[in-house]
Amino acid sequence: MASGAVLPRLLGSGVRAAPRGRAAPRGRTLGSAAAAAAPEPERDSDFSARILSEPLKHSDFFNVKELFSVRSLFNARVHLGHKAGCRHRFMEPYIFGSRLGQDIIDLEQTATHLQLALNFTAHVAYRGGIILFVSRARQFSHLIENTARSCGEYAHTRYFKGGLLTNAPLLLGPQVRLPDLIIFLHTLNNVFEPHVAVRDAAKMNIPTVGIVDTNCNPCLITYPVPGNDDSPPAVQLFCRLFQTAVTRAKEKRRQLEALYRLQGAPGPHPANPASPGVQAGLGLGVAP
Amino acid sequence: MAAPCMSCGAAASYRLFLAGRVSFAREQGLWKAAASGLQTGTRCQILRLKHSPGVTKKNVAALRRESYTVDFIKKQIEEFNIGKRHLANMMGEDPETFTQEDVDRAITYLFPSGLFEKRARPIMKHPEEIFPKQRAIQWGDDGRPFHFLFYTGKQSYYSLMHEAYGKVLHVEERQDQLRAKGLFSEKPKTKDPIGSRWLIKEELEEMLVEKLSDQDYAQFTRLLERLSALPCDAAEEEFVGRFRRTVTIQSKKHLIEPLQYDEQGMAFSTGQGKRKTANAEAVVYGHGSGKIEINGVDYLLYFPVTQDREQLMFPFHFLDRLGKHDVTCTVSGGGRSSQAGAIRLAVARALCSFITEDEVEWMRQAGLLTTDPRVRERKKPGQEGARRKFTWKKR
Repeated sequence: MASGAVLPRLLGSGVRAAPRGRAAPRGRTLGSAAAAAAPEPERDSDFSARILSEPLKHSDFFNVKELFSVRSLFNARVHLGHKAGCRHRFMEPYIFGSRLGQDIIDLEQTATHLQLALNFTAHVAYRGGIILFVSRARQFSHLIENTARSCGEYAHTRYFKGGLLTNAPLLLGPQVRLPDLIIFLHTLNNVFEPHVAVRDAAKMNIPTVGIVDTNCNPCLITYPVPGNDDSPPAVQLFCRLFQTAVTRAKEKRRQLEALYRLQGAPGPHPANPASPGVQAGLGLGVAP
Repeated sequence: MAAPCMSCGAAASYRLFLAGRVSFAREQGLWKAAASGLQTGTRCQILRLKHSPGVTKKNVAALRRESYTVDFIKKQIEEFNIGKRHLANMMGEDPETFTQEDVDRAITYLFPSGLFEKRARPIMKHPEEIFPKQRAIQWGDDGRPFHFLFYTGKQSYYSLMHEAYGKVLHVEERQDQLRAKGLFSEKPKTKDPIGSRWLIKEELEEMLVEKLSDQDYAQFTRLLERLSALPCDAAEEEFVGRFRRTVTIQSKKHLIEPLQYDEQGMAFSTGQGKRKTANAEAVVYGHGSGKIEINGVDYLLYFPVTQDREQLMFPFHFLDRLGKHDVTCTVSGGGRSSQAGAIRLAVARALCSFITEDEVEWMRQAGLLTTDPRVRERKKPGQEGARRKFTWKKR
């Protein structure tokens, strides 16, 4: 399977997004001298280290695999690409074939990539990272902004000003914190050119997740997800998936914090390692 | 320092005042130090006033755009309120019921100023009106911004557009539901187009505390027009109403006198008119045969020229009441043409009492009720007349 060759590279990069300790300045603060972190009490550092390291011990801590299936992607028309003439050269590995001149995206690969992307998004949200949803399609602007607002993250579906990421201290404020993850629901802008934020995020070392259609360039995107970005059901499905992943991760974080606070100092382990994902019945009093 | 927060129109003067005080204190300190030096018996030094670099730095800082902290503004508001009470006591009035108008009157009384520039005169207003509104810090302790559209740069404007578009979608959805049930009825929009206008760009910028471009403003207006064109309910009307301002309708300003009745029971009405230096007062009677008497003389004899008589005729002709009213008027000053114009205006104003409001509005739009503002332009030195220059000679 082509995914076998693709996966090691991506997994490597995914794992190498190692947890940054709380000692360093939060996220990507620009234009600020690194403030010396105050020495935290022993208990607190134990706490935070355990909370942050716990999800990394499992391959799918947030159980994002159950959120979708190849059948659900097919029903949402995610496999439909553009005509063969619009095809981008670097999308050829992800294309299953072409029917009557229309490219069909390989949903097996999409599923793998989507699982990686959702997992990464969930981890970023778990660690309190800032997630920015970017798109330039006017048709879905309202939907994406609502999605971002409902999961407590940020959206930018408007005209992208030139130095927003690269010249942020000037445009947004002196001590602004940049996004920790940028999710592109549409990689192209209204003139079918790559969105400026793709390049700028790469410049600023911000990881990106992007839904790449058959006419998009997947090169600079950290976690590309080949899929249809023009049909409303497809975009609605993706919005729903990202929203669920982010909310699940935040909920999990709240639960674990409460759990550890109740248990106190001694090292806890997750109550049920077999299904670490959020079950509806996972209450607070499950501690042994 | 005087308790009331008084500033001459701009906050920069406050800073300069403060800077002056600081430098004064510094000089005092130097003087004390030098005096102690003398007393200890060291050799006499000429006391030189040191111009410390701190003073210049403060002035340079004042030139940059000042950003006021929340505490500073709160302190200013407290000082203002205390100052208002002091002022009320000074003027011998009750501090509890001392309004802003009383404050303004007191300040003009205590600090009379002959300056022409109104903004340079002493004022005492609430700090909200003096210090420009500013953005507080947009993010919390963890660095996460509060608003979900923070990274767009114009969060208030785009959130407004988002809200308005959401309302449009909601209304259209409701319409679709009604149509599906078959209850949809085309109701014409019954809204008065005159009487209110959209916010202008500067007002919108002030409301959102953000800079906008012309395209942004055009998009905003277009979206709100689209929303107002749809059948909205009360909540949406209220939302749109936030961005409309009433426009005073000119004709409403004109007070229409009620009809008066003389001893015979005949209805009459008076009006006054001016044109250049001519003043006229006309009395128009309700029933008559179209006789016009000016200064006791018949109009045909007073105005031999047809043009002047046409001017007198114009208001009646406009309202189709040519032979129905009698007019008695007095006029003085000016020449033949300006007297005719003055009587025309006086007659038109008097006629307002006899006709409907719509006809008054038509007369106003025809220009019959407006005083002609043109007066004789003065002659200037170095020229032969008001505009005519002396003959130009090449050599």
